[in-house]
Amino acid sequence: MSLDIAVARKWKGFGLNVSFSSQNEILGILGASGSGKSMTLKCIAGIETPEKGRIAVGQRVLFDAAAKICIKPQERRVGYLFQQYALFPHMTVEENIGCALGNLAKGQRRKKTDWLLGRFQLENLGHRYPSQLSGGQQQRVALARILAYEPEVLLLDEPFSALDLHLREQLQMELLDFLDDYSGDVILVTHSQDEAYRFCRKLVILEEGQCIAQGDTRSLFQDPGLLSVAKLTGCKNFSLARQTGPCTIFAEDWGIELRVEREIPPDIDYIGIRAHDFLPASEDKTPNCFPITVRSIMEGPFDWNVLFHSHGGEKESGDIWWNVGKEKYGGQAPSYLQVLPENILLLHSINR
Amino acid sequence: MDYSPILISMRTASASIFFTFFLGVFAARLVAGMERERLKMIFDGILTLPLVLPPTVAGFFLLYLFGVKRPLGLFFLQFFGVKIAFSWAATVLASAVISFPLMYRSARGAFEQVDQTLVQAARTLGMPEGKIFWRIVMPLALPGVASGGILAFARGLGEFGATAMIAGNVAGKTRTLPLAIYSAVAAGDMAGAYDYVIVILLISFLVVAGMNWFTAKERKYTRREGRK
Repeated sequence: MSLDIAVARKWKGFGLNVSFSSQNEILGILGASGSGKSMTLKCIAGIETPEKGRIAVGQRVLFDAAAKICIKPQERRVGYLFQQYALFPHMTVEENIGCALGNLAKGQRRKKTDWLLGRFQLENLGHRYPSQLSGGQQQRVALARILAYEPEVLLLDEPFSALDLHLREQLQMELLDFLDDYSGDVILVTHSQDEAYRFCRKLVILEEGQCIAQGDTRSLFQDPGLLSVAKLTGCKNFSLARQTGPCTIFAEDWGIELRVEREIPPDIDYIGIRAHDFLPASEDKTPNCFPITVRSIMEGPFDWNVLFHSHGGEKESGDIWWNVGKEKYGGQAPSYLQVLPENILLLHSINR
Repeated sequence: MDYSPILISMRTASASIFFTFFLGVFAARLVAGMERERLKMIFDGILTLPLVLPPTVAGFFLLYLFGVKRPLGLFFLQFFGVKIAFSWAATVLASAVISFPLMYRSARGAFEQVDQTLVQAARTLGMPEGKIFWRIVMPLALPGVASGGILAFARGLGEFGATAMIAGNVAGKTRTLPLAIYSAVAAGDMAGAYDYVIVILLISFLVVAGMNWFTAKERKYTRREGRK
């Protein structure tokens, strides 16, 4: 099945204008909070109605402003996993699942409920209330309830934000397993670059209600192109930049000149370097090496976060983050750092 | 002691809460679901008016509408052969109109407290709107709706001003407890008034106690037991 979406709507002080399509895959929507991610999902599910545009699943049109089609959420066959799961608190697990099986005869209903309980390892919890379940169990109940309705599209709205950190990774694994078996389209909304990278082959990036980039996840992480995309993919260090040669660029905020791997395209005005892409060096020999002053060091269980200034130029630079694993670096501050030419992100500050 | 005011009052309050409850819930659902803020405000204002108007003014309007020669009164008389003004039905009408805003406002507040994502989730699961209301919104709003019902019942029981205007004070027919107390005092029969006052006090206390029990009652789904 394919999913085609192009919707627009204006609210007071906020406009949404999003279009993308997906082909039977897990599509990620990455954006900061308030960028319109959830609103996009709500338009697809029929909870919110856009002013313009069209939404279609395969040949089935869910919404078409021009043709005045707007199918009720009840008939869209779009499953929505809410952030807090939205389980009905006054119903047991079985009753919650039963709500999505309203059109089946009693015997079939029983059979399907039992099958779903087994499928999500909830056999012994059928008579519990949601408040008596752990976060992970609640998520499984919510998924079971959605699948009971046999949706053609599955919308996951920040599925892990309600969970404790230690549960999160285990549940990510479980969800990945589950999604492998699921045959419909999946859209996952997240503000976490890790989740986006782990789950989605394709990404759509939203900023203030606008689609600012979309494409293959790996290439978007490797070459974000835009300053705001680089930020959303987790890059921490940015500097205003000015081209000085075909393959050299001067980082204004850091006061250093850096060599890049490829020929610099026109209109590049920023560069970015990911926090883990710096290498310690002992002397200023190799290309892209520069002297540093360490400002503070934060120790994690397995890594160091180092905040430093470069002082290549006449004035001292702003803070730069360096993240390094403990196996690579003992905690003695080096006097030089190096960055490989291929690890420098060439960025535009505005979308053209 | 004449027991007829107690009987009349109980019958009036019971009949009026029947109408008030369903109309109040219906109106609350309607207004809570309105999307246009201005429309919502206007409806809310009209529906709340009987609560803020002096009961005699509400009674005046009722008389204006349901009097024997007024449009609605004439309609009821001609089509159903029922005379409303100064009959027992008028005590029910007065109680229902005066207690309606309490029911409506409590129910509306309770409906609006229900987490909207639950309603949205129910819709995406294919549940029809009616089923969503009766199986999800209503059970979750029940404490608020029930306490509204109890309040409205108590208010209907104590109704005086509007009742006096449209139903009058006919002994054995439209003389409810509050009117009986008034009549007894007006006739200088303080001992008679005492008896009715004690009855009203008892009933009012039971109502408040019942309301507290309802709102404080622990619901089984919020208990956290046997959690792994």
